[in-house]
Amino acid sequence: MLEIEGLDCRYGKVRAVRDLTLEVREGELVTLIGANGAGKTTTLKAISGILRPAAGRIAFDGEDITRASARAILAKGIAHCPEGRHVFPYMSVQENLDMGCYLRRDPGGIARDLRKVFERFPVLEERRRQMAGTLSGGEQQMLAIGRALMSRPRLMLFDEPSLGLAPNLVETTFEIIAEIRAQGVTVLMVEQNAYAALELCDRSYLLESGAVTLTGSGAELLDNPHVKEAYLGG
Amino acid sequence: MNRWATWLWLAFLFSIPVWMTNQYYLYILINAGIFIIAAMSLNLLLGYTGQLSLGHVAFFGIGAYASALVSLGFDLEITDSYTFVFAPRPVWVGLLAGILVAGFFGWLVGRISFKIRGAYFVIVTISFAEVVRLVALNWIDLTEGPMALNNIPPLTLGIPGLWELTFWRKVPNYYLVLVTCILSYVVIARLVRSRLGRAMIALRENEPLAASVGIDVTRSLVLAAVVSAAMAGAAGGLYTHTIRIIDPDVFLFIYTVTMVIMVITGGKGTLAGPIVGGLIFGILPEVLREVASPEVQWVMYGLIMIAIVFFLPDGIVPALASWWRDRFGAGGGGAESQSEPGPGPEASGTVTDTMGERA
Repeated sequence: MLEIEGLDCRYGKVRAVRDLTLEVREGELVTLIGANGAGKTTTLKAISGILRPAAGRIAFDGEDITRASARAILAKGIAHCPEGRHVFPYMSVQENLDMGCYLRRDPGGIARDLRKVFERFPVLEERRRQMAGTLSGGEQQMLAIGRALMSRPRLMLFDEPSLGLAPNLVETTFEIIAEIRAQGVTVLMVEQNAYAALELCDRSYLLESGAVTLTGSGAELLDNPHVKEAYLGG
Repeated sequence: MNRWATWLWLAFLFSIPVWMTNQYYLYILINAGIFIIAAMSLNLLLGYTGQLSLGHVAFFGIGAYASALVSLGFDLEITDSYTFVFAPRPVWVGLLAGILVAGFFGWLVGRISFKIRGAYFVIVTISFAEVVRLVALNWIDLTEGPMALNNIPPLTLGIPGLWELTFWRKVPNYYLVLVTCILSYVVIARLVRSRLGRAMIALRENEPLAASVGIDVTRSLVLAAVVSAAMAGAAGGLYTHTIRIIDPDVFLFIYTVTMVIMVITGGKGTLAGPIVGGLIFGILPEVLREVASPEVQWVMYGLIMIAIVFFLPDGIVPALASWWRDRFGAGGGGAESQSEPGPGPEASGTVTDTMGERA
């Protein structure tokens, strides 16, 4: 479904991602793990068109989207749920969700999807009139996920969904992501919490200094001595 | 109740010339009204997209000059043997031309600067206003430079031969400005609640996120700049045809600053903010003129401004709105909108209000 070949991303002279190749197949839950600054977020930004890669090729459903605009990529069905609970703080919950389907023109489908989001996150329906900035951290995370779902994506990119959340909410968030995948949405997730990420995923890629150094199923990586030592605390 | 308040307020505004016979006061109100339109146009950019135009007076002045020139006619010597002659057109054509030309320049400035935005937009707009001022000052063939364009005709409406009204006097001009004010308000209110308006607010709040939900950043900002510039051009046109003389001083930086002050003190990002700010700072200088010498006037003007910004950093309208809410509780409107299902037009109204409070 998503194929990346030889991706290179630079910030000025710094090569944040070097010669990265990865693949996500339809229906999979794939994670990118690695330390801070390994290039995980940069990779997601390149996929969703927020950042122009310096070299390489990104294809979605066999179609080259390397140079496509963020709008076009979203319209093809890739939604990006960015890092750090991104919501529009001075818009209501409802308006935040409306922004998620900014490009859609099918009122019937939108209403159905809104229904689904509210079923999944009842608290959002209770607070639909409230400013998003006044929600708790966990609720903002739900809102960000709900908004991404409103674009009816086929592939969802999650960037550090557990970052800064209370432990019980981390678990809830991962359950939600698993559930989204169970409903047929393919997921590519960046996560620093390597243990949780590897438990959850089908396959994973380990990024170090902008390059893929290891890849395999979640179980394989959990057993890998290098991963154990460097990312799972021995 | 809200609707009643609006109608009462409108009735009051329309009744003013009936009981206020002092023509000088009407003149002050006309002037304030023109500046309110300009401030509303600036608020669209500054308050709703978050982009600060520090050359907004350029669009105002361009509208003023374009409208004056179209209604006066002009000739330009292009070569020794050929002179381009533009015959005078009716004033309403001039006003329309002023709006279009200003809108065009809004598009141009937006196109050039919104790729980079932020501080660069501020710099581009300042320089643009200065360049336009220098052009108006030095292109004497066209603008008469510092000698000013004189005898600009006032607006004439009606059917020729049957019934005509020329806006010589203050009363019809007051109504002209009032109606334009109301129209501008309605345009902005509708725009802000439209898809484009949502996009603009989303950009102000979180640009990367706005881009990630599929908003075309540059296009939305350029569109906002076009509407804003065209509206400032309309204000400029009204100014020309009520004052009936215009010189390059119309492009002075102080007028932009006045507009920014009106928007900020009134409450940027609120619909009523520029109106309140425009009324205060449109009328205040005239009031001060009667009680103090010019030097003291400026000091008082400055002190009042500092006091407002210091004590009401979000502006007067948001402060009043939250005071009202605290005083009379979240009861009434708040509880009602909580239980009301579905996002109707009312919902977005509530949201815009609250947004104004914090933006």
